Amino acid sequence: MTAVEADLVATVADGPRVRVASQVVALWVENLTVSFDGFKALNDVTLLLDRGELRCIIGPNGAGKTTLMDCITGKTRPDSGSVYLESRLHNLTELSECEIAQLGIGRKFQRPTVFPQHTVYENCELALNGNRGVFHSLFSRLSKKDKETIDRVLETIGLVDLKGRMAGLLAHGHKQWLEIGMLLALDPKVLLIDEPVAGMTQPEMERTAELMQRLAGERTVVVVEHDMEFVRSIARKVTVLHEGRILAEGPMAEIQRDPRVIEVYLGT
Amino acid sequence: MRERLLQFHGRRGWLILAVAAAALIIVVPVLNSLPRSFPLAVPDYLIPLLGKFLCYGMMAIAMDLVWGYTGILSLGHAMFFALGGYGMGMYLMRRMAGEGVYRSNLPDFMVFLDWKTLPWYWHGFQNFWFAVAMLLLVPGVLAAVFGWFAFRSRIKGVYLSIVTQALTFAAMLLFFQNATGFGGNNGLTDFKHLLGRSLQSPSTKLALYIASAVALVLTYALCRFVVTSKLGRVLTAVRDAELKTRFCGYETTHYKVFVWTLSAMLCALAGALYVPQVGIINPSEMQPSNSIELAIWVAVGGRGTLIGPLLGALLLNGAKSYLTAAFPSAWLYVLGGIFVLVTLFLPRGVLGLLTAARKRKTTTPQQATEPERGVSVEPAPSTGKVPVTP
Repeated sequence: MTAVEADLVATVADGPRVRVASQVVALWVENLTVSFDGFKALNDVTLLLDRGELRCIIGPNGAGKTTLMDCITGKTRPDSGSVYLESRLHNLTELSECEIAQLGIGRKFQRPTVFPQHTVYENCELALNGNRGVFHSLFSRLSKKDKETIDRVLETIGLVDLKGRMAGLLAHGHKQWLEIGMLLALDPKVLLIDEPVAGMTQPEMERTAELMQRLAGERTVVVVEHDMEFVRSIARKVTVLHEGRILAEGPMAEIQRDPRVIEVYLGT
Repeated sequence: MRERLLQFHGRRGWLILAVAAAALIIVVPVLNSLPRSFPLAVPDYLIPLLGKFLCYGMMAIAMDLVWGYTGILSLGHAMFFALGGYGMGMYLMRRMAGEGVYRSNLPDFMVFLDWKTLPWYWHGFQNFWFAVAMLLLVPGVLAAVFGWFAFRSRIKGVYLSIVTQALTFAAMLLFFQNATGFGGNNGLTDFKHLLGRSLQSPSTKLALYIASAVALVLTYALCRFVVTSKLGRVLTAVRDAELKTRFCGYETTHYKVFVWTLSAMLCALAGALYVPQVGIINPSEMQPSNSIELAIWVAVGGRGTLIGPLLGALLLNGAKSYLTAAFPSAWLYVLGGIFVLVTLFLPRGVLGLLTAARKRKTTTPQQATEPERGVSVEPAPSTGKVPVTP
């Protein structure tokens, strides 16, 4: 056991959630608190994600789901608390967005965000993992391996035929997939996905569910979603956020029976 | 290598570039050497004028790099141009030591102000290469420092435009002061010779024109290299979705500082070539309206195309030269009118109009649905870049 792992296990054992002590944790959110003008968007949230897990985060509007994503990716600085990736070497709350992305956290926004004036292929190229320095990119060429990665990504998201199309001209669903493809090209350890099926048709939704299932396992996937049917179709474990706190956490079947959850969210 | 060259330009693009470069660098000087009786002969008085236009063209290309490709609208770029010009002016002043009106070792304006010694920052400028290094480095460092603080604080859009406008205005006020040591209101003028040659002789003027043409072609090539590289694609990504670019792991501040500094240094180079051809540099070159005019050249020509801004600069300055002589009071109305019309009806500028016309003529329905890949000569509609070949 390395020193880092030892430290990790020791800390986990000390903490309130001892059950994952033997496993290596992928993402670790500890006592995170964020307030905007006195309103606590997140209130002492602690969350542990196992490696390869597919976790859904649900909760009514204003529960703090997006704020949680913002804190993990460095867009929002929390008032207190910390976020660690795999080891406790880096406290993500002290790093910039791009440093966090380089460490291996990919994020998909609620509204599909692609580079509209670049082709589908170029979008994937820009997302590729690797040296992202200014002077490196001035002279860099796509290596054979890079090209293979892009081809594989395009294959996975099913946009091979559209690779020369300007991304801004894609249909909404295709944009969503392209954005997921860009995350794959980034090859992150943890994928944060905000409302992946918003505005999708039923078949598109099914394909997306399939894609999410495939992504988990190799990497840790966190999905924030409103669409309960979609959550049911992919979820293994669900975390319910309510008013900035974690209300419940467990397998989907259990969560659906939880009276507190039913009251605040699943009521209908 | 071959692939990269074709990414730089399609075959037809290379051909057009070669023809245009040859026309500027070789044909114009040849036409100038013809006797005046020939119908196409370029008279001597036009040479410095054309050289001046080419310097404006360089500035427009440099501006396009930051505005058209990276989405940073600078309204203070003329300051970098003027700083480069002042650097060259300082060299020219130092080389004519002893030949001024007062036959003093100091520049005339210093004698006039009763200064006894040369200010420390004037030392070394009698050396041409030192002057060249300084006239590039000083604007470059200034741009890098300004860019670092502005971009790190995420100042963008109209706020950045206002800050740059204020910057050039402040610089103008500073240079207006006699105590600053750059000739105050009058600036630097009455230059005599450059590298031992008289600035009045037609051959020096022609040499300066050729130097401007070569510098313009090299500037274009450098900028084209930048925008067709991955760096160029990152810049466009910053323009279109900066936050997303950051989440892809790019430190966008570094990219913006790089392109901002490069653009400033190219402007300074243009200014340095401009000054010996017009014979004067004074603080009015830093007035805010100059930078705004520069933005208009770029907008009229077509943002994000490099060639468009160059055409815009040449067309509008040609029109300005003609109209300010023929109808002196009409020029500003014409300029304003052109800007309004282009903004309303030609969002992609004059070049966008030309490419759209060519497209309509050549596009078949099949091509319309799937843009040609790889060694395409057809620039992409709005950015003028060639897609990467998979």
